[in-house]
Amino acid sequence: MDSTAEKSGKKTSANTYLTLFLSTFKISACTFGGGFVIIPLLRKKFVEELHWIEEEEMLDLTAIAQSSPGAIAVNASILIGYHVAGVPGALITILGTVLPPLTIISVISAFYKSFRDNIYVSMAMTGMLAAVAAVITDVVFNMAGDIFRRKDVAAVLMLVLAFIAVRYLKVNILIIILVSALVGAVRTLSKEKAEKERGF
Amino acid sequence: MVLLQLFLSFMKIGVLSIGGGYAAMPLIQNEAVELHGWLTMTQFADIMTIAEMTPGPIAINSATFVGIQAAGIPGALVATAGCVLPSCIIVLTLAYIYYRFRGLSLIQGILAGLRPAVIAMIASAGLSLIILSIYGQKTLPADLTAVQVIPVIIFLVSFAVLRLRKPDPIMVMASAGISSVILLSIFG
Repeated sequence: MDSTAEKSGKKTSANTYLTLFLSTFKISACTFGGGFVIIPLLRKKFVEELHWIEEEEMLDLTAIAQSSPGAIAVNASILIGYHVAGVPGALITILGTVLPPLTIISVISAFYKSFRDNIYVSMAMTGMLAAVAAVITDVVFNMAGDIFRRKDVAAVLMLVLAFIAVRYLKVNILIIILVSALVGAVRTLSKEKAEKERGF
Repeated sequence: MVLLQLFLSFMKIGVLSIGGGYAAMPLIQNEAVELHGWLTMTQFADIMTIAEMTPGPIAINSATFVGIQAAGIPGALVATAGCVLPSCIIVLTLAYIYYRFRGLSLIQGILAGLRPAVIAMIASAGLSLIILSIYGQKTLPADLTAVQVIPVIIFLVSFAVLRLRKPDPIMVMASAGISSVILLSIFG
């Protein structure tokens, strides 16, 4: 599986591109709630229905999509498109994934001002803002709970320090991300080194 | 040159947001509200609400919205392109490395290192939204008891339901919107 692009280059037809576009377009247009929801849907389509990607591979693609910067849904689409039909396939799936939100938000933005000035809309937005705040708090509780449960002291410390840095010291986000990435890299390398020395 | 500025800002957001939609949120707040003033804090809160209610990734939804507010449809296209470009390059490079070496342990180690920082940043942006929601302003007021009662109730009920029942967030948002119209019409 070293060169999927080349391999699939032979069998890539206009039909494949069309299927790639329509599948990602439909999934993106109907998916509320971002990356963690879209991946199971992509898996169902491309692994179970079309059999274009193997189960095991899909797990690895998911790991790459989640570890890369950017929207998980876009990343996953890029990987699937690339896997099936090389770079042109990736471009097609990006288009399929990006077009629905781009169109929907453009339309909403056009009406945003008059929409926002409506008294009932404004009342509803007041409540929905409180609900979004609750949804995000819930997400934070889930994510942080995961870290605390693993009793990883260094990670808990990093979480607290990062929160103070970003919230109260107004440290540049770029610096926080670079330092955290470095800590992660050093921890992995030293762990691997320790394992090697122990003879694993 | 607002188009170039939009492109660069969203490219930065694209590079730095690791771990999905909510991770992009604090970065968008930083770029669009604090650095460039393309959005007010209320507009930022609105787009987070709209992004949650409409399909598609939060980052793409916000890129489109910020782009349009700052520079119309060309702005939306440029911001979205900026947001997607880094993913494209980085994901394809990682895919190449993956197929060549099948080893991701260092990448996963870096990801594990980033997770606490990402959570901290989401928590901070979430706190900003809570403050805006219950006090109606960006910063904490001198009198911490000066809360808006109805948003506080909706926040607490939504949070309790989310923790206990794990419903679809869309349902929570929709119910909160409807209850808010009813409550504010009666008591507001």
